[in-house]
Amino acid sequence: MKRFPSSRVALTALLLVATGLPAMANELRIGLQDDPDVLDPDQSRTFAGRIVYTAVCDKLVDLSPDVEIIPQLATDWEYSDDATSLVLNLRDDVVFHDGTPFNAEAVIYNINRSLTLPESRRKSELASVDTVTATGPYQVTIALKSPDASLLAQFADRAGMMVSPAAAEEAGADLGNNLVCSGPFTFVERIQQDRIVVEKFADYWNADAIKIDRVVYLPIPDSTVRLANLQSGELDLASRLAPTDIPAIRADADLTEHVVTGLGYGALYMNVANGPRSETPIGQDKRVRQAFSKAIDRAALSQIIYEGTASPGNQAFPPNSPWYNKNFPVEERDVEGAKALLAEAGIDRLEVQLQHPNTPIMSQMMQVVQAMVAEAGFDVRLQALEFATQLAEQSAGNYEVSRTNWSGRADPDGSIHQFVTCEGGINDTGYCNEEVDNLLNAARTLGNPAKRKELYDQATAILIDELPVIYLVHESYITAHDAGVTGFVPYPDGMIRLENVTDAD
Amino acid sequence: MLRFVLKRILIALPTLLIVSILVFGLQKLLPGDPVLALAGEERDPETLARLRELYRLNDPIWMQYLHWLGDVLKGDLGMSLRTNQPVLVLIAEKLPVTLQLATMSMIFAMVIGIPAGILAATRKNSWIDWICNVVALSGLSIPNFWLGIMLILLVSVNLGWLPASGYESFFVDPVRSLQTMLMPSFVLGTALAATLMRHTRSAMLGVLSSDYIRTARAKGLPGRVVVLGHAFRNAVLPVITLSALLFGELIGGAVLTEQIFTIPGFGKLTVDAVFNRDYAVVQGIVLCIAAGFLVMNLIADILYAVFNPRLRTEL
Repeated sequence: MKRFPSSRVALTALLLVATGLPAMANELRIGLQDDPDVLDPDQSRTFAGRIVYTAVCDKLVDLSPDVEIIPQLATDWEYSDDATSLVLNLRDDVVFHDGTPFNAEAVIYNINRSLTLPESRRKSELASVDTVTATGPYQVTIALKSPDASLLAQFADRAGMMVSPAAAEEAGADLGNNLVCSGPFTFVERIQQDRIVVEKFADYWNADAIKIDRVVYLPIPDSTVRLANLQSGELDLASRLAPTDIPAIRADADLTEHVVTGLGYGALYMNVANGPRSETPIGQDKRVRQAFSKAIDRAALSQIIYEGTASPGNQAFPPNSPWYNKNFPVEERDVEGAKALLAEAGIDRLEVQLQHPNTPIMSQMMQVVQAMVAEAGFDVRLQALEFATQLAEQSAGNYEVSRTNWSGRADPDGSIHQFVTCEGGINDTGYCNEEVDNLLNAARTLGNPAKRKELYDQATAILIDELPVIYLVHESYITAHDAGVTGFVPYPDGMIRLENVTDAD
Repeated sequence: MLRFVLKRILIALPTLLIVSILVFGLQKLLPGDPVLALAGEERDPETLARLRELYRLNDPIWMQYLHWLGDVLKGDLGMSLRTNQPVLVLIAEKLPVTLQLATMSMIFAMVIGIPAGILAATRKNSWIDWICNVVALSGLSIPNFWLGIMLILLVSVNLGWLPASGYESFFVDPVRSLQTMLMPSFVLGTALAATLMRHTRSAMLGVLSSDYIRTARAKGLPGRVVVLGHAFRNAVLPVITLSALLFGELIGGAVLTEQIFTIPGFGKLTVDAVFNRDYAVVQGIVLCIAAGFLVMNLIADILYAVFNPRLRTEL
């Protein structure tokens, strides 16, 4: 008689098979690009962290796929006519994960925590808030130091995330170890650089829309490996895939891709007045910058570098944004025009130093730009720097041209004001124009979107002429999931909202 | 023996001190501001100033170093700027992962490398020697990241045999833990096996041509006894040194392999810490790796004596 394998071997084989199977039913496994930092909305900075918050922490307001502000914990709101106070009416059927009721007092506690916690990174976002008072059990009135139309959009992100006052009071700055909010999922566990697990919250106010019991977030930095995990069934959904993965996704019949233009931009910062390195023809003469911009074929950049997934751009807002100034569409490449502008500025050939992050995609992109502008008369010397060095050099003004990405904000103010106003917090170009300052400061105070847009249009007209920032592209968020996942809707803020998402396998 | 070990540990302390000074100094030479890197897109001047104060970044470098050293002597390796976690906790979390990966890779390397080396040496210039050399050379020349991705595509995506990446603690789920570690340790192991094979082969060739081997053969001892009992015991010393050094290197972290297989070990932690100028984390890890190297050297020395009785008197 043949010998059968011993029972231990059989058991091991069975275990191997069982554990090798993909995720269990109703568990959604999501691949992230990075491991989030501390999981406290008041302290955190990372994009990956915001994706996790989307499941765990509800905000006062949310964004629609068209970047409109829509109700979440606040049902409706109203600015006073002069935009110096904001009244928010709140849902009355919400509890935090620890059972603490959500009400006006909880909102007051949260805004004060954002403003006063020493570790808080939300202070500048809420800088315009003067006082918050309860004007009803489910109504708060926020008095502002100065008119601020962008405040509502801040409440659609981390500044508007509500943590349980009871839990926050007890944990203080350590809330991130066991985050307690009121969102659709409760925090279960986290293993650094490995996984974050959340489970459905039974008492969620919108529980009917939540069709998944458990979500596991897995940080997998390499996008090719993220895709491989999706293909092998280890993941159900992978976020932030690389443009170079697109052909592989399309070749796999089991996968569905979602490409949505983000709110941010990829641009060249021109050092126009940030220290002695700005004293170059390209820093001092706008015609030289215009020539540089004209010599770049933005559509080709999108095709070559981003497999066509990025939108060519020339403003702080992407062309599909309601804030985009349609009077200034993205221009075609014009080498002759660029040469003419350079000649007008009295320059035949100009050497320009350009620093960029040392990632493959940035390096490729800048090499293509280098070749494009060479035809117009620019000899670009590329300098690839790692992240921290480039950031330090850029903010210190130790550069001529610097390639940077901005992740974008829901409110237009967040993508433009701090970069190009004289005292702007991230104004690394040193650009300062009183007219632009007046326009952008005034735009902050207007609650009426149409009137605001007029001011942004005027500012854009000036900026596109003076070019302290040469905008190139607006990158897309590329998400893919397997055939078992339905109901996923991509958002321009790159967040993964789980309402009505189902997972069949 | 105990005296020997104690002596070696005492000698190690100044080495660790010098390493820590060097690393501290080198880090400060790097351009880039940790607080700016930490702030990323949200550069609120008030927060930046507060963080600089909190992490003593306004102090002179030697003061910063002395503070760090003082804390280390009290058993406190400091806090990570980036995650607000104690460095000791971070290291304690990653060390078991890295040790498991290093051990499994070493097992692969030794199981493949040493027998292949012996075989190649005893069958010098035969087709076996030739095949071993070709395999070794390929092991050395194929980049880990490429082999890693190819393995993931073949084994995980096409065949579906193993999870593509990730990590599970051995104590939580041993089977899955071994499954997730199999490919990365194979990738690392094959590269090291090549090195081990080449060294074993040349050491064996040296010994096999010596007089006492000829004598042993002349006595009529079976070939297996001559090769393993006489030749290998003498040829093994350089192989032990090499293995210890390779293992020490593995503890330092296999950055690319960890990245591809998403293993939360030392490699990724170190690279992230360096890129973000997270000084305390870099310092803590380097100290840990240096200590690991010293321990491996010590173990190599002790193993010498085990394999070669002539060295025992020196202990």
